[in-house]
Amino acid sequence: MRLRLVPKDTKWDFFSRPLMWLGISGLLIVLSLGSFFAQGLNFGIDFRGGTTIRTESAQAVVVADYRSALVPLELGDVTITEVFDPNFDADEHVTMIRIQAQDGQEAVTADVVRKVQTALQTVAPDISFVSVESVGPKVSGELIQTAVIAVLLAIAAVLIYIWLRFEWQFAMGAVAALVHDVILTIGVFSVVQIRFDLAIIAALLTIVGYSLNDTVVVFDRVRENLRKYKKLELKEVLNLSINETLSRTVMTSVTTLLALISLFVLGGDVIRGFVFAMIWGVVVGTYSSIFVASTVLLKLGVKRDWSKPSNNSGNQFANIDA
Amino acid sequence: MLQIDLWKRVLIWAVCAFGLLMALPNAFYERVEAHNDATAALELGYSGNGLEEQAAMWPNWMPSSLVNLGLDLRGGAHLLAEVQVEDVYEARIKSMWPEVRDLLREERGTIGTIRLQPSDVDELRIKVSQPENIGRAEELVRGLARPVASLAAAGASDIVVDTDGGELVITLSEAEKLATDERTVQQALEIIRRRIDEVGTREPTIQRQGADRILIQVPGIGSAAELKEIIGTTAQLTFSPVIGRGSNPDANPGVGNEILPSLDEEGVYYTIESAPVVTGEELVDAQPSFDQNNRPAVSFRFNPTGARKFGNYTAENIGSPFAIVLDGEVVSAPVIQAHISGGSGIITGRFSVEESTNLAVLLRAGALPAGLEFLEERTIGPELGQDSIEAGRIACIVAFVGVLVFMFLSYGTFGLFANIALIINVGLIFGLLSMIGATLTLPGIAGIVLTIGMAVDANVLVFERIREELQSAKGPARAIDLGYEKALSAILDANITTFITAAILFAVGSGPVRGFAITLGLGIMTSVFTAIFVTRLIVVIWFERRRPKTIEV
Repeated sequence: MRLRLVPKDTKWDFFSRPLMWLGISGLLIVLSLGSFFAQGLNFGIDFRGGTTIRTESAQAVVVADYRSALVPLELGDVTITEVFDPNFDADEHVTMIRIQAQDGQEAVTADVVRKVQTALQTVAPDISFVSVESVGPKVSGELIQTAVIAVLLAIAAVLIYIWLRFEWQFAMGAVAALVHDVILTIGVFSVVQIRFDLAIIAALLTIVGYSLNDTVVVFDRVRENLRKYKKLELKEVLNLSINETLSRTVMTSVTTLLALISLFVLGGDVIRGFVFAMIWGVVVGTYSSIFVASTVLLKLGVKRDWSKPSNNSGNQFANIDA
Repeated sequence: MLQIDLWKRVLIWAVCAFGLLMALPNAFYERVEAHNDATAALELGYSGNGLEEQAAMWPNWMPSSLVNLGLDLRGGAHLLAEVQVEDVYEARIKSMWPEVRDLLREERGTIGTIRLQPSDVDELRIKVSQPENIGRAEELVRGLARPVASLAAAGASDIVVDTDGGELVITLSEAEKLATDERTVQQALEIIRRRIDEVGTREPTIQRQGADRILIQVPGIGSAAELKEIIGTTAQLTFSPVIGRGSNPDANPGVGNEILPSLDEEGVYYTIESAPVVTGEELVDAQPSFDQNNRPAVSFRFNPTGARKFGNYTAENIGSPFAIVLDGEVVSAPVIQAHISGGSGIITGRFSVEESTNLAVLLRAGALPAGLEFLEERTIGPELGQDSIEAGRIACIVAFVGVLVFMFLSYGTFGLFANIALIINVGLIFGLLSMIGATLTLPGIAGIVLTIGMAVDANVLVFERIREELQSAKGPARAIDLGYEKALSAILDANITTFITAAILFAVGSGPVRGFAITLGLGIMTSVFTAIFVTRLIVVIWFERRRPKTIEV
């Protein structure tokens, strides 16, 4: 007896309501962009400069006390958040304190850190500072720039690769799905205001990779079926291909999610935001490769005459013999 | 059909065995680390203190490279410093003044008297009292220009001489600035490396980034502030002529001079010439020692050019004081008693023994040629790193077991084969990471966990394909063969695209992001290898043994 997440030989019609799916995606994109422009992202110090201090104390944390201890130091915008994690011991109370970049200084001076430490020791004498990270405005500006470049480069590279291996319509479909995923991920970070730092960019690019992975597998089957069923309508070919690969799509998503969820729950709070981005990305990526990429491909149409060789008529890799 | 040549089988198993062997030391991390440290110490000639026993904890013939743990896992300090390369322009151009002065003085007949004018920091402005003959002065000073010492700018000269009204303006040429920048950063890099080595910490990373930045990562150090102290922000040593001594820090020092405080005498300020006689760059050695009164001191020696300059100066200025200046403070200002010819001397001050030792270390490691501005500082406590490792390990194991069980439930025997391949896969990732000496970071662990999830993808593609082929009522052998053949294109396309994004992450990312890109990229390579070679080989071997009439995937 085998575990089957997807029934055998599904014949579901994925394009019966194309407007609904495009509508849902469009709505989510509008929401994401709206939130992004209205309240922006909760940028971490990597992107806007400043200092974060992670403190640990055996005493319960009263954020207000911490705050009032820091007010006399006049450090400008100070955010204090208590961190909760199932991995912590009962007497492990952790906070993250974020201090804005100080005027006229690149990284924070040891002096400021010392002042903060002394001030907090009056509130919680046993407090320890497990990490202190400080990024100057000069670097953070550059980090934003490189991050944007990285994402754009990845999308461009992928566009070119798929264009070479398939047809331009496929490339457009794949890139539409990618842009969709990236926007929705940035959107969810904006809506929930999870801290957006350098690691999230890594997550974004992984989502790009993952979503693509899914899309390419479907497209590969579409290409194969286009050759096999020359007379079949494009919509039917797409439906057939998605159904044939559905079992694999779900299997891979589930194994990946299994791994990610265990990391989300057990991996500690430091990378939780990062893992959250990836979980979201896997879900959205799986959805988009079926509903966005394929729908775009359907709307754009595909050259069906495979008898005439064209110079970029996507070649299959030669068989690798093992 | 379903045949694999013997040599290929041997090769596949050999690659797996080699990768797993390379990964093995990581399973005994602490033991191997102790062994490596002890072996290194023994090679340096140390002995005793249980070093031999520690070295014997891991056999020498076994591979002993480990995956480096990143700062976020081990704890330590991270600094990104920008070298203030412009500092050097000032020192360079100001140091030309004595030479220019002597040259122009000889021509007093034609150009009249000369006078140094206040100017921007990176130029020399000289007023000539007979401006009609300034052309002559310009020509003379141009004669001082030397070719730039860099291949990229062959033929260019190092200074630009211009006239501005009755003033002569000397600046560094662009080519010289570029060459100076390059030298300054290289020198700063080297000095930082030596200073950190003097302290003797484990595996520091000191890397140049971009044109003028230096990344410094030192695991196991208490804080970034401590690290900054070791590097010392601007430890510059100069020996300068003293013009006067006073107690007013705001007095007008006169053009070309500056006022510096005394290091150990409160309220005492010296007026010294900005152009030093000799700089710390020309020191070849410095040792802690004692003066004739048995007080701690530092003795030093100059290189030949430094010794000559120092000798000439002391010969000409017997009876006048000169200052030993460290980091903008006058350490001492002794009066020159005699011509010091040997190029060696002694710095006395009110040092403790420890201070003189530190000063000697500082001098020996050389002064930083320019100031550093710290753009990024991170301190990660060791306990946070330990927690992260612990959490990462548990998450990895749970993810691993989850995926193994799930694969077995879904594909039965074939799932088992995929699981063996998955285990080999994770082993290979660690083996590769150890081999290339990559650094494992927290996002790197996430990359591995993600790979565990995604690695089965290639196998899933194949198995699903075999299922489909079985439905078209071919024999099992044919179905397996076709499954692999037809899934290959999708596997390669899917993984190449993911690999492209990993490569881009590696190229433009930094720090933890790069760590993630490495594990993701390696994970893609190993998972493709295990899926199309290892699992296939296992399936083929199983098929040959059993010869099943029907198979269920």
